[in-house]
Formats: sequence, C-alpha cells, structure tokens
Amino acid sequence: MTATILLQQLINGISLGSLYGLVAIGYTMVYGILRLINFAHGDLLMVASYAAIYGVALFSLPWFVSFPLAIAFTGCMGIVLDRGAYKPLRDAPRISLLISAIGASFLLENMALVVIGGIPKGFPRPAMFAKVIDVLGLRIQVLTIYIPILTLIFLAGLLYIIYRTRVGKAMRAASVDFETTRLMGINVDRIIAITFLIGSSLAAAGGIMWALKYPQVNPFMGVIPGLKAFIAAVLGGIGNIVGAVIGGFLLGLGEIMIVALIPELSQYRDAFSFVILILVLLFRPTGIMGEPITDKT
Amino acid sequence: MRRTSFIALIAVMFLVAGALSPAVAADTIKIGLYLPMTGAVAAYGQMEWDGIQIANAMMPEVLGKKIELVLVDTKSDKIEAANAVSRLIEKEKVVGILGEAISGNSMAGNPISEAAKVPTVSPTATNPLVNQGKNYAFRACFIDPFQGQVAAQFARDKLKAGSAAVIIDIAQDYCVGLANFFVKEFVKLGGKVVSTTYIQTGDQDFSAQLSAVQATKPDIIYAPNYYTEDALMAKQARDLGINVPILTGDGAQADALIEVGGKAVENMYFTGHFHKDAASTERSKEYIKRFKEQKGKEADAFGALGADAYFLLVESIKAAGTTDGTKVRDALAAVKDFQGVSGVITMGESGNPVKSMVINKVENGKFAFVTVINP
Repeated sequence: MTATILLQQLINGISLGSLYGLVAIGYTMVYGILRLINFAHGDLLMVASYAAIYGVALFSLPWFVSFPLAIAFTGCMGIVLDRGAYKPLRDAPRISLLISAIGASFLLENMALVVIGGIPKGFPRPAMFAKVIDVLGLRIQVLTIYIPILTLIFLAGLLYIIYRTRVGKAMRAASVDFETTRLMGINVDRIIAITFLIGSSLAAAGGIMWALKYPQVNPFMGVIPGLKAFIAAVLGGIGNIVGAVIGGFLLGLGEIMIVALIPELSQYRDAFSFVILILVLLFRPTGIMGEPITDKT
Repeated sequence: MRRTSFIALIAVMFLVAGALSPAVAADTIKIGLYLPMTGAVAAYGQMEWDGIQIANAMMPEVLGKKIELVLVDTKSDKIEAANAVSRLIEKEKVVGILGEAISGNSMAGNPISEAAKVPTVSPTATNPLVNQGKNYAFRACFIDPFQGQVAAQFARDKLKAGSAAVIIDIAQDYCVGLANFFVKEFVKLGGKVVSTTYIQTGDQDFSAQLSAVQATKPDIIYAPNYYTEDALMAKQARDLGINVPILTGDGAQADALIEVGGKAVENMYFTGHFHKDAASTERSKEYIKRFKEQKGKEADAFGALGADAYFLLVESIKAAGTTDGTKVRDALAAVKDFQGVSGVITMGESGNPVKSMVINKVENGKFAFVTVINP
C-alpha cells in the first residue's frame, strides 16, 4: 500500500467517523438526561432526509430553506415521539421505556414504508456539497471538511446549552432526579420536551449530512447509522457528549482501517464494530470518557 | 351485553364469509405470487408485479375459468419468503406460484412448494442452486453460470480488460455465485483478478473497499450486486476518481439505480434479460404496447420476466388441461420454443431455460441496448 492510499484511507475514516460522531451526540445527550436509549434516534435521520427531499422536490424550496425546515420538522417529531411513546411511561420501569423505544423505531420505519414505499430515492445534492477537491492525488469530498466542522460546532453549542444556561442547569438537575427537580419548581416535562427537541434536531442534522454523503434515502436508512452511533456513544462513554464524538471518530477510523490494511477481511467490517461494542461492555462499560455508573431511582 | 353482541356479530361474519368463499373459489383458478414489494429489493417486486398484471390482462382465463392473483409481500426477507409460500399453499390453496424475484429468497421458498408438489416459476432468480434437486421449481430467466461467462467474455473482448477488481455483496447468494462464475471464466480467458473485496446488503459506505481497489489499478470493476448498493458504490467510486468501466449483472438494472446514481452510473454495463429494442416475438410487441399504455412508461426487464413467468405457468396449465400439480409440472418441463416476452424459451435441465441474453448500458440516463448474445 502506498502512502497516498494510506492517507486516502485516513481521510475516508475521518469522514465516516465524524458522521458517526454527529449522529452519536444527539443519541448520547438524550441518554445522559433521561437514561433512555432512544432506539428511534436513527429513524429520525430517515424522517429528516425524506422531509428535506420533499421540501426540495415538492415545494421546490432551495436547500438552505428546505434543510432547516426539515430539521425543525424532525425536532417537533421528537417532541411528538416523547409525548406519544415515552411520557405515558415516565414512572414505569426502565425496561418498558426501552421496549416502547424499539416499538417507536419500528413504527416510524413501517409508516415510511407504507406512505412512501420501499424503493430508494435519490437525495438532491446541492453543487456546493458535491464538490471533490484533488490535493496531491488525494480525493477529498468537501463534505469531508464540512462534517467534522459542523460536528464540532454542534458539540460546542450543546456544551454551552448544558453548562451555561438555565435550561441546561434544569436538564442536569433532571438527569439526577426527576422528583427533586420537580420539587424545586422546575417543569420537568417541559425540560424533557426541550431535550427531545434538541436531540431530534441533532439527529436531523446528522441525517441530512448522511444523505448528502450517501445520497440514497429509504425507510430503513437510519437503522445502521443508528446502531453505529449507539456503538460510538457506548465506546465514548454513554451519556458523555465529548466521548460520543471521540467514539465516533475511533469507530469510523477503525472500520475503514481494517479494510484498508486487510482488504480480504472487508466482510467483517460490521462485525468489527459489534466486537468493539461487546469488548467495551465487558471490560470498560463506562467507555473512554464515562463517569462511574450511578443508578438513578 | 354490548360485548356479547359484538362477538356474535363477528361470529356471524365469519360464518357468512366461510359459506361464501368456496363458492367464489370454485370458478376461479388461484395463482400465488410471493414478491419483495418492500425492503431492500422492493424495486424488483414492484416491477414484476406490474409485468404480471399486464400479462394477466393479456391472458385472464385458463381452462374456462378466471385467473385470480394472490400477492404476498416477502419484505425482501428470506424468512418472510418461506412463510409466504406456506401461506399461499395452505391458506390460499393456490395451484401454482410465481416468485421470488431474488435467488436467496427463492431458495427459502422452493423447498416448501417442492414438498407440497406445487409448481413454481421464478421470474428472475438466476442462481443455479435455486432449482437444484427440485422437480417442481422452474424459472423464466437464464442462470448465472451463463451470465458470468458472457460477462467475462464481454469484459475481455469488448472492454479489452486485462485485469478486474471484483466487489461482492457477501450477504446475497446471487452476488457470490455470479462473481464466482465470472472470475472462473475471466481467468480462463487470460484475465487477472487483482482485487476481491466484500460489501454487505444495506452498507452505505464503500470508501475503504474502493480505495483498496484503486491501489490495484484494475481495468474494470465487476460488481454483480443489486441496484441499491451498486448506485451508491458507483457514486463513491467516481468521487474517489476511479473512472474505469463498471460491469454488473441483471440485478442492478432498475430505474432506482439511475435515479440515485445519476451521472456516476453513465456507461455502466449490464448483462441482462431483456431490452425493449431487442424484442423479437409477437407477444413482446403486444406486451410493450400495453405496458406503455397502462403504466405510462417503457417496459423494463423485470416486468418482462414477471410476465414470462406468468405465461409459462398459465400456458402449462392449459397444456396439461388440469390444475393438478404433477401434470402442470410435466407440461412446464416440456416447454419448447415458447414465444415469451423476453425472447424464445426452451426449458432445459432442472427447470432452467435456455435463452438468449442482452447486454445493456446506461446512456444519457436511460438503459440502452448494446448487443444480444445467444446461448
């Protein structure tokens, strides 16, 4: 393998890893505050991608209007999801919530299947995102540069909200104990709704980036990104936002490098991710950045 | 009180339905269809269903009875495919079955219809194992050893390829099988396979595999996968600056490939079943005309094969003069010089037709006809 190919593979890895990271921060944030693994998170990627497609194709909106609208729409979907699938179970055991999340995920997928159909649609890629730069024989998609920047901006924004604002303070309080937070005069349901709004908007942004990079949208497109983002979140320490980004990068690089170094093993690429998940859960369940697990309730 | 009356109402409804259904069934002949209408290969199921509907309109009756089509969705899944066949045979009591569209799912369904002695005709399952050791399984398409051979010859003679990189979807029996047949013939003809990499159905990122391929500088890429993966793969290959021709099999030839792939799939070559410009039989002309009128678009390969599967089964029921599974099976096995939509079909060994193949390519966002190759 030449140095150029190795560098190209590194770029491929960073590009994929930053995308995992972007999806993982929303995932891990919802977990950090509610202790809920929102399995429907991946499917919100799909919802956002379709919303963006229909914005561009049906209402012929330019992408800079359509994409934010799709993100806003998906954010609201997140609140609806919370109201419909999670709020009625607020005081139920954790396992019920988990099952409800799996149900919500299947519901979204199958609704898309019935309403839109199973044949994949192409995603309209605006010219400024489709560009490829040639640097010393390396092919770099401009998206490969945009996505990590966007991921870091979202990361900074999220850290600011959580640690520097009143809403963030309330979120952190809710993450410790709902009851006590309520006693302090905080409207916990409102805080949770805001959490879902932010988390789902992040999923939407991730979904649109995903669709720009892999311009093919179908009802099940969110399943694999959702799983990979989950692994990234666990690897980084679930609940820890910085950890999610680091986990995403490591996972993306690892997946690409295993194929780069030993192409014959390319069929084990997904297996690699899941082996990592199992190893982390076995030997370091708190992940790279994780705090010791404290059981709430 | 209200609840009991509700239950009573349901019971009455079931009784009425039960009393009526045998009467309805008596003057129709039921043909079962199990196709992927949703899921990873939904485009095939939907195209074949379109074709079968047209064929049904062209020949709506057999043995003086109306033909009733019963469609079950397999969700592109092997387990669902097996369940669908059981349901068609046990619940719907069909006399024959059309499907599945892809090899892996047909392999899940065929053992069940074989045990029940119900003849099946798959429109497009091309892997040889689909019919192997089966008496009641037939198909309307050629099989992969022939397809792989033609692809290799085309790559060597027309594309002048000395080396090839093969990218295989490891999760699909079809892709693994076809790639093997191609490699065998390509090497026999003096070509060299410089890289073999694997992907999986549902994968979206192929950058690692493609960069590895790029390092080996092949003359062509052979990627006998389904349209979903091939479209994304072509796109990423072009983005990475890999500009060698891509050759693929019949499984990539769906409109969704062009819709998603856009410019990246221009000049992609296919070994395929049918192209409307190569239509030769009376039946195909009639079919192409009707298809355009009723569906508002040009006839595609999968629809044509769906129609052929239907015609093969119905004509065999007619020739047998009965719906008895074993007699229909014998009639299917004896098919000779059958004037189908996709060409002339003669049933060869173990239910595998001997028929010609076309080579198509994408040109200006459309599937264009290149040449026809006879067995």
